[in-house]
Amino acid sequence: MLSRTADNLFWMSRYIERAENLARLLEVGHRLSIMPASADGSEWASTLAIAGCTDAFDREYETVGAQNVIEFIGIRNDNPYSIPSCLENARSNGRAVRVSLTTAMWQSLNSTWLELHSRRHSAESGAGILDYLDWIKDRSTQFVGATTSTMLRSDAYFFVMMGMLLERADNTARLLDVKYHLLLPEYEDVGGTLDFYQWSALLRAVTANRAYHNLYRGALQPWRIAEMLILRAEVPRSLLSCLVGLTEYLERLSDMYGERKECLRMAKALHADLAYQPAEDIFQRGLHEFLTDFIQRNDRLGRQIQRDYLD
Amino acid sequence: MTKEPFNEMRDGGGAVRELYRGVQDWLDRTPSDVMALKREETELLYRKSGITFAVYGEGGGTERIIPFDVIPRLVSAREWELISRGLNQRVRALNMFLCDVYGEQRALDEGIIDPSLVLLNDAYEPQMQGLRVPGGVYTHIAGIDLVRVGPDEFYVLEDNVRTPSGVSYMLENREMVMRLFPDLFRSYSVRPVDHYPEELLSTLVSVAPPAAEGDVTTVVLTPGRYNSAYYEHSFLADEMGVDLVEGQDLFVADNIVYMRTTQGPKRIDVIYRRIDDPYIDPLAFNPDSVLGVPGIMTAYRAGNVVLANAVGAGIADDKSVYTYVPDLIRFYLSEEPILNNVPTYRCAEPDGLAFTLDNLKDLVVKEVHGSGGYGMLVGPAATKDEIAAYAERLRADPDRFIAQPTLALSTVPTFVESGVAPRHVDLRPFILVGSETKIVPGGLTRVALEEGSLVVNSSQGGGTKDTWVLNE
Repeated sequence: MLSRTADNLFWMSRYIERAENLARLLEVGHRLSIMPASADGSEWASTLAIAGCTDAFDREYETVGAQNVIEFIGIRNDNPYSIPSCLENARSNGRAVRVSLTTAMWQSLNSTWLELHSRRHSAESGAGILDYLDWIKDRSTQFVGATTSTMLRSDAYFFVMMGMLLERADNTARLLDVKYHLLLPEYEDVGGTLDFYQWSALLRAVTANRAYHNLYRGALQPWRIAEMLILRAEVPRSLLSCLVGLTEYLERLSDMYGERKECLRMAKALHADLAYQPAEDIFQRGLHEFLTDFIQRNDRLGRQIQRDYLD
Repeated sequence: MTKEPFNEMRDGGGAVRELYRGVQDWLDRTPSDVMALKREETELLYRKSGITFAVYGEGGGTERIIPFDVIPRLVSAREWELISRGLNQRVRALNMFLCDVYGEQRALDEGIIDPSLVLLNDAYEPQMQGLRVPGGVYTHIAGIDLVRVGPDEFYVLEDNVRTPSGVSYMLENREMVMRLFPDLFRSYSVRPVDHYPEELLSTLVSVAPPAAEGDVTTVVLTPGRYNSAYYEHSFLADEMGVDLVEGQDLFVADNIVYMRTTQGPKRIDVIYRRIDDPYIDPLAFNPDSVLGVPGIMTAYRAGNVVLANAVGAGIADDKSVYTYVPDLIRFYLSEEPILNNVPTYRCAEPDGLAFTLDNLKDLVVKEVHGSGGYGMLVGPAATKDEIAAYAERLRADPDRFIAQPTLALSTVPTFVESGVAPRHVDLRPFILVGSETKIVPGGLTRVALEEGSLVVNSSQGGGTKDTWVLNE
């Protein structure tokens, strides 16, 4: 297939995934901001940090607060980091390769975009930011559903899925990194009600609160949360799970094309490092250092895929 | 010159012609509320695909939908036989002319056409001189605009041999009518058009460069999604099952054109290009073009890739060359033209100039190199002063002008505000030339929706109709 087509497919799903992640982030921020112990607004600062737009935000706003951050990331379409911008980019990429999408995928993408305007409007006029964020998540889920249930399992599908997984891994890693100080092992000094809320909010941000109880059957333990979101392949948003998927699709692509590229080797190396690494090692090395390293390697993997197939 | 326009549905006495009886029965028997509902449905269906048009075009939802009239335009088997023979003849002659211009130039040497008219023309492409293209085909896809003025009288209004568009409407309109009015469709024996994309592909493959190995790789080259015909480009690529590429997807190495794919470079043999000559290669033509492919002309000249239509084909549809096409048919084919030109007076010639000056109030006068109606005089609509001023310009530089009578374009029944009424139409059939010449029975009928208007252009409120070519 055309490299440009593959590129558009890859970025289309990255942007959809990014919009969904931003919606989750805002939801968690909103949740924490109404908790009894949240006076300092640090939640919103970290939301901006995870979304990678602290500087852009500071240039435009005086104070970091719920309303401003929600407006900046959730509503505005002149901010390239916002949900509307992501959906716009997703559709623009999809439109460029309209004939490579199934009707269901295109309709999903297009109706999201068509409805976005009025949804933003009602969210802005205070009709409930949570309804709006729910809608974003629904649309993303619907798009992924349309993709997995209607798209032919060939190279085009692999590129769509890889875009999604790469973006997802990045998001989970960033989320953990911003909260790493809350996730230290038990001998560190932590505790208190606020932390409990934070942990539970973190799990919600990746819809893994039920999964935690299912896997660990006990009270929330910060290091377990970290272990789960990094190393448990069963959890769909864990780093390992994303790498399992990425490796699989790159393998299938290599088989189909009859040629193995550098990006496959990189994905396998990253996969192996996650799969065979005990949680203790990560904590001893330092969670923050580990995550920083992962984010960089994941980013390099994305750029290598770009070089090997999309440019 | 102006006479009562030919009504394709009714004869002079107002009686419905045999051909249109079925349409009349259908109009009579369909209750007006059902018809209204169906037309609303059309509107909806087209708005839906109209979203698609807007989606492919610029911005969001601002692009217009070209109005579609649900009453089909009928062409009898006998009429089509005449039209298609005439088109075949004309396009053959146009191709031979192009071969000749870029080869021996016999028609120029023998005085059939004034050499300066050809060689000094902007549409003449010196880089094509001496280049042999596979099969001697320059215009692989031609769209010839016809108007009808009498029972068997069809005139060629314009030849389009560069990148004629509109064929997607021919196909979409048929889909629409079959879906909305299956009974009416069944009551006539209508020849199909939906094999056009297959015929197009086989035409393109038939002129592949001799060097093409194995399967011929064909692509459609588009200026991109902001082009107004982008929908048609992607539609045709999709229907043919070939890649739709932009300039940036292609590159040239060692005089071979490749496309960038996820499996590395892939060699291209035939390019159905919808980019105009000046933009196709920034190294050969307009250096500012970002739409084209640097070096593609060298690959083309080396015979490693085929461009359809050929570069430089525009010399055959230039307005000043148009007046010579009947002569060219006689010269190359030793046949009398089956389809006539609209009678045209060349002001460059003394007789033509004298006649034109005497009859300005009845004529349409055009500049030969003008386009889009710029610098045109429409005699019947002009004031005395305007005519006098134009006469001055004519006398000063007669070579630049041609004159034609105002034509009474035929009418067909059309839905308008007040009900069903006759409206003027033209017809653009599409001719495919490869190892053989093929014409899919049908074409794009454009209709002027305003009462009395002769302007069928979609940019000026024109609509389209499905065109039914019937079996015996």
